[in-house]
This record gives sequence, C-alpha cells and structure tokens, in this order.
Amino acid sequence: MTDQIVEGEVGRARLRKEDARLITGQTNWTDNISVNGLLHMSILRSPMAHARIGRIDVSPALARPGVVAAFSGSDLADGLGSLPCAWPVTEDIVLPDHPPIAVDEVRYAGDPVAVVVARDRYAAADALEAIEVDYEPLPPVLDLEAALAEDSPLVHSDKGTNRCYVWPLKTGEDFDSVRQRAEVTLKRRYHQQRLIPNAMEPRAVVVTPLPASGEYTLYSATQIPHVLRVMMSLVTGIPEHKLRVIAPDVGGGFGSKLNVCGEDAVALAVARRIGRPVKWTESRSEGYLATHHGRGMIQDIEIAATREGKVLGLKVDLLADMGAYLMLVTPGVPILGAFMYPAIYKMDAYDFTCTGVFTTRTPTDAYRGAGRPEATFAIERIMDELAVELGLDPVELRRRNWIRHEEFPYTSIAGLTYDSGNYEAATEKALGLFDYDKLRAEQADRNHRGDTVRLGIGVSTYTEMCGLAPSRVLRDLRYGAGGWEAATIRMLPTGKVEVVTGTSPHGQGHVTCWSQIAADVLGVPFEDVEVVHGDTKAAPQGMDTYGSRSLVVGGTAVHHAAVKVVEKARKVAAHLLEASENDLEFTNGVFSVKGSPDARRTIQEVAFETFSSHDLPDGMEPTINAEHLVDPDNFSYPHGTHLCAVEVDTETGQTHIRSYVCVDDVGKVVNPMIVEGQVHGGIAQGIAQALYEEAVYDDDGNLVSGTMADYLVPSAADLPDFVTERTETPATSNPLGVKGVGEAGTIASTPAVVNAIVDALRPLGVQDIRMPCTPERVWRAVRSAKEARS
Amino acid sequence: MTHISVKVDGTTYEDDVEPRLLLVHYLRDRLGLSGTPIGCDTSNCGACTVELDGVSVKSCSVLAVQADGGEVTTVEGLARDGELTALQRAFHEKHALQCGYCTPGMLMAARDLLREHPHPTTDEIRHALEGNLCRCTGYQNIVRAVQAASEQEVPA
Repeated sequence: MTDQIVEGEVGRARLRKEDARLITGQTNWTDNISVNGLLHMSILRSPMAHARIGRIDVSPALARPGVVAAFSGSDLADGLGSLPCAWPVTEDIVLPDHPPIAVDEVRYAGDPVAVVVARDRYAAADALEAIEVDYEPLPPVLDLEAALAEDSPLVHSDKGTNRCYVWPLKTGEDFDSVRQRAEVTLKRRYHQQRLIPNAMEPRAVVVTPLPASGEYTLYSATQIPHVLRVMMSLVTGIPEHKLRVIAPDVGGGFGSKLNVCGEDAVALAVARRIGRPVKWTESRSEGYLATHHGRGMIQDIEIAATREGKVLGLKVDLLADMGAYLMLVTPGVPILGAFMYPAIYKMDAYDFTCTGVFTTRTPTDAYRGAGRPEATFAIERIMDELAVELGLDPVELRRRNWIRHEEFPYTSIAGLTYDSGNYEAATEKALGLFDYDKLRAEQADRNHRGDTVRLGIGVSTYTEMCGLAPSRVLRDLRYGAGGWEAATIRMLPTGKVEVVTGTSPHGQGHVTCWSQIAADVLGVPFEDVEVVHGDTKAAPQGMDTYGSRSLVVGGTAVHHAAVKVVEKARKVAAHLLEASENDLEFTNGVFSVKGSPDARRTIQEVAFETFSSHDLPDGMEPTINAEHLVDPDNFSYPHGTHLCAVEVDTETGQTHIRSYVCVDDVGKVVNPMIVEGQVHGGIAQGIAQALYEEAVYDDDGNLVSGTMADYLVPSAADLPDFVTERTETPATSNPLGVKGVGEAGTIASTPAVVNAIVDALRPLGVQDIRMPCTPERVWRAVRSAKEARS
Repeated sequence: MTHISVKVDGTTYEDDVEPRLLLVHYLRDRLGLSGTPIGCDTSNCGACTVELDGVSVKSCSVLAVQADGGEVTTVEGLARDGELTALQRAFHEKHALQCGYCTPGMLMAARDLLREHPHPTTDEIRHALEGNLCRCTGYQNIVRAVQAASEQEVPA
C-alpha cells in the first residue's frame, strides 16, 4: 500500500483538462456533427422590419436540385406552440404570441418565414432564393419614447399597446422628500446601446429522429440543455422522456445561447415531418439578425446628496427595449439591474421604475452581465458627475458612501443582503498598483500645458449579484424556474471518479475546476476525475450555466456530493477495519484508525469493496455514490475596483487606453489562472461596449451593422494589457467561500473607461459622450464643447 | 465539377468539386476535417485560418479549386505522433484559450507570424493577430503564449 499524497487542489493554477482537444482540432462543435442521411436546413428571413405576410409560395424551391422539402410558417404552425417567456415580471405584463416561425406577420428584419431542407448547405441556401413571399409593409416601431405615445403604430396590434410592463421598486424613504432636503441633486440620461453578443461559435442545431419510437435527439449550441429540453417538449409536444438534448462542445455564449430559439423548434418540427436528420447552422450575418441582442436601454437617473458628499437617494427611470418578442428572460434582464443601481453605497431612498417597450427589432435578452452592467454604468457615471459637482475626488466620494467592511452583512436599500466584502481593501490595492496620485499629477500638468492629448482617469467600484439563485427569491420575482443545481459523484470500481454536473460549460473550465473540488474532498488525484456534462441522458438534472452561477451553485453541489461519498465510504471502511466510524481519520484519500496507522483503507479500495459488495455493513446499500442538489440561501456578491487611464487625442478623437488596473474580490478562488482569464475576457467585452460596438438600425428598421465587417468586435490590436489582482473576502453563503467571476469584468469596465474619457475632456467642457465613444463621437464632443465656450 | 488534387495534413485527396466550393467547406464537409471551424461569413474572424503552400490563409476566402495541386496544413496536422508544437504547448500553459473556437485559427496565424518574425515584440504579436478574433480571453494570454513559444528553441 502506498501513501496517497494529494496536495490541496483548490487554489492551484491547474492547467486545463479541456485544452488537449481544443488545441488539436479534435472538437465536437454542433456543426461538426454528421450522421447518415443528414439534410441541411436554411431559413428565409424577413427583409423588412414590420410587414403583413401575404402569399408565400415555396413550390419553386422544391423544384431546385437537391431539395427534399420546403415549408412556410403556416405549413409548420400545426404542432408548434409559442416560444416561452419564463420571466413574466408583472401580473399584467403583455405577453404576445411568439411563433417559432412567423405565420401572418413579421416584426423584425430577420423574423423567419420559410425553410428549405436540402442535401447540402449550398443547395439549401440556393433554393431560398426561389421562394416567393408577398409582404404588405407596416410601419416600423423603433424609438422607445415614441413607441409609448398614444398614436404610435403597434408592434403587436392585438395587444393595443407597445408598453410591455411597468415594474416599480420603491424602498426606504420617499424620494421626493429626500430630494427636498438634499443640497445637491443631479439628473442625467444615459444610453445603453444595443450590443450583439458575438460568441465565436455561431448557433447551430442538429436533430436526429427515430420515427419508429418517436424519439428525438437535439444537439444544440446552447448554454442550457436542461432548460431547453423542458421548453422544447412544451413547444413541440414531443414528450419530455422521448427528447434528449445534448450540448456538445459549445464555443462561447455570453448569454446569447441562454435561450429557447425558434430554430431549435423548427428543426424538430421539420425532422418530425420528414423523418430525416436535419442540421441548421447560422451564418454570422444571419446570427446578427436571428440571435438575441443585449442592452438597449435609456436610463434617466437622479441622485440627491448633501454638500459633504453623503448620498441621500437615487431615482431611476428606465426604458428597456424588448425588441419584437419576449424571449426566455427578456423582461427580467433590466429587473436584475434594478437591485444593483444602489451598488455599494448607503442611502435613504431608492425609487426605481422600469418600462419594457416593444420595438420592431431583434429581441433582446441576457448578454454578459444582464442588467447589472447597465446599472453599474449609470451609478458609476453619476457618482463621477457628483464628485465634480462637489469638488471631490471621485474615489473620496465613493469612500464617503460605501458600506464599510465592518458593516457586513449589510442589507442594501434595494433589499439585498450583501454577505461579505471589503471595498476599502480592494480600492487601496488598486490605487497603489495604478499609481493614482502620480497619474493625477501628470493629468494636472497636461491640462495646465493645454496638451492636445489629454489624460483621463476613470474609477469604477462595483458589486454584482450572482450565483443565480435562491429559488424562493426567483418565485418572488415571478421567474418561472428554480435556481438549484445538481451534482452526482460516481466512484468507479477501479477508483476513478465521475463527477456528473448540471452546469453546462462553454469555455469556463468546469471540467478542470470541478475536478479540483472533487479531488480535494475525496483525496484522489486530479487526473483520476472526469466530469460529465451537457447531455440530458448522461447528466439528467441541472439548471445550466448563466449569471455567474456555475461555481457558486454547481461547484457547491459537487463539494456536498463529494462529502456524502466520503461519509458513505467511512461506514464501509470502519466495517472493513473493524473500527468505530468515530475512530477513523480521513486524510488525503486514506481512512486510518486513530492510533493504529497501519490499519487503513484507501477510498479507492473502499470503492472496489463496495463494487464487489462481499462484505458491507448490514443493511447498507451497495454504493458509495452520492447525489446532491443545492438551492442557495442567498446570491453572492463579488466586488472590486477598476481604474482606467486613457489618453484622448483632442484633435483626432482617438482614445488610447494607457493602463488598466483592477482588483476584484471574487471570494475564494478554485483556480487563479482561470479566474484571471475570466477577468481579462470580461474587461475586454466591457471596453468593447465603451469604445467600439453598437447594433445600428436605420429609420426603416434595417440592421445596418449587419456583418462582422460593420460591427467592430475588438481585436488584439485594439486592447491593452490589463493588470489584474485580487483581494479575498470569502462568501459566507457557501462552504467553498466562492462568489463567481464570469461577469465581473464586463460589469466593472465600461464605466471605468467612459469615466476616464469624460475625465480627460472635462476641462474642455465635455460632460458626457454617448457609447460607443468612437473617435468621431469624441471629436464631435470636443468640438461642440469648444463652440459652446466661444 | 472540377477535378482537384490537394494534399491536406500529409494525405493527398482527389475530388470533383463545384467551382464555388469554399476550401473550408471542402475540408469540413467533404474530407471530414472538422478541426477547422467557421466563425463568420465576411473573412473578419479568422477562425478558419489554415496554411496553404506555406502561407496562412482564411479558408473561407479561398476556393477549393484554388488549392488544386497545393498543400494544406490545418490545426489537425500540427502535432506529430502526439507531440504538440511549441505554440500548442504555450497556448495550454498560458491559458490562451477558453471556449477554444478561435484557437485553430489563432494557432495557424501565430505560426505564420513566428515563421516570419521568430522573436516578435508584444506589439508585433497584437498586430499580426489583428485578423483573428477571440471573444473569451481579451487576448492577453494569447499574446503571452505566442511570446512564450517564440522563446522556445523548437520551431513553432
């Protein structure tokens, strides 16, 4: 018997198990899947933002070579229900019908109207051109404020309004009375432009039917195989037990694959109709129309404070663009933000209202951060404006208002109980790394000299709610599902371990991290653990991956399941060693009898003994496998301080990020290498919103930024190096002490960058720049500020 | 149909193809070499980058017939007998990939860079990879990986 020496796995920068296949091209993306008789589906989409569908004739497409079938929306309507919205945020929300493929009206450019199924993707694409559709144009609805006017054209004429819902949250004192006693009030309007998520893998679907038994396998590039199975069963009527959903390798999501999409339902319907396997893969440009967008809000925010810089209250009026239909969580996205506007600050009054508005544009839904980046942007921008108004340093203003570390747990004005945090520590560390005072001195010098290239410093001290979510809270928010997560641990007879998880990774490194967690508890080598995920047959229970929940909820489930395995194994080991359970120690995978170190059994030996079951304790089930489901008691609240220094050329409008420093507190860290990677990518996406990206529509409702050539996803040449550090204040809501990290960077970085640009240009009279802060917008802002002054 | 003969990752294939067939679809759909993915339809993202006759190309912007008589190396042909290249090892060791969808193209583009500039600066790396988009990593670790590989004695 050899000693099993297992170092502590949690906290180690383990290289990823996922990489070996990905760096050698041995991948299994949905579009890679090929089966005998596979047909390709292509989708004809509306070229108009809003129109009534007259006649559709698919028969010319059927005459094309290689075409097997073609269907209009009405051909497929029988047997296809409405796509679900799982988050009807108010009792009286307007819930329009959402056919997976349009039947009589199209409501955004890109709304699907007909499909062709052919032997290869070229033939399928060609045949689309032969389909004849008569459209009777209807007026587009594009402006959020105009859409609410009495005389506005309607997106859903049967609903009589474009107002989807009004969701209020008023807490603490009455804001109006707080405003009256305030010495300073500021009101600002911020625009959250629409963004296109741009996961690098386009969405794709493959359906393989077994007509004789009525069984279907749906492969989908999705973040949510488990939710998708339930929903697809409801939409298509295929009984849930006859439907298997597999998320194979999935190439990024960022929320864009957190949905129940028409294409999945249509592919199932077509495969059912023709009894043949079907594949659909979106082209990038098609995805820009067909896959949901993010953000799209107008934020009116008002802050009330004393002259000394004590924030008294906050009022937020939000208009949120739903797009044409409600997708899975469309209405809920701005509501996730509702709780985050007060951020890390103490105040007496909070008055929030969100109005959801239908427009004739691609539906919006979750995009990395989902509501929280928008909220953080608005509060962090207006805190900077308030600091200027009061003549305070922006860090000092934050210091005067944030929750101090000794005040945790702290219930925010919005009603969230922040379990832990240390804003002082993160900020001090960030200021030191950034060399804040030196940069301020340089900035003053450049301003004094009238340098044409100005230096600006942006501050963002954020928190977020993640680890979605306590099921009871979700009930109170009218969300349709729970927030639990599941894990099963199987000890195989040879001592190897399978961890079955309900999370569904698509780049986050769950296989590596869950292996670390399980290896630590079980005392087995990291290499001996395999993680099974993303297949409703192999990993039948789960709530999937979004909202920075996987580690906090799913990782915690793995931990608890592993603890259960050890407890069961302890019973077997005690029996085999003829000792009392209480006399057994368990260290590094070895049970030994206290005081008799030679009397020992490894957990692997126990696994084999359990497999043979020749000598188990009386009445014991012959297994040490264990399952655990976790429903969290609270959200988790990562926080941090991000500092950005920009150089802005006032003559060209070009912004150059000179340095970027962040100190994030994501609680305990399972794998610091992976955490750093998540922060890097998050910051990049937040910077992309600040500087580069926008889904632009013309006055007719056409998506002008309709290809990757027109929508600027930043490249390596557009982004700087980031200095990333951490403080570690463990979460108290889970045994691992973890908080989640997937969205932190995106939430924090956008206001840091825009605050820096405005800070650079404020001496010239610039007070705000609408995102994305392109060179043209910056140049125009500088120019109009100059004109206003002369 | 046009008859072509192409050597891909060391194996010669003879096929009749439509003149409009893209090289990437030839690799993926005809040869079953699905290691090379497709990320866009405007040749912006670079996910489909392969090497054709010693030069990196975006295989969505090359017709299969243009590869006739040529030699193609894809990500699947980089490791020999299970031995990873210095770049592949560096991508793993520096955590230069998350979802991994852009990785084949990044590896091929970085390989091209190191062939021409064996010891690039970080700025040169960032500019050389400008035609390859990644949505997960923020690029920092990709730059680190290419730099680390460039310090290896073994060619990329």
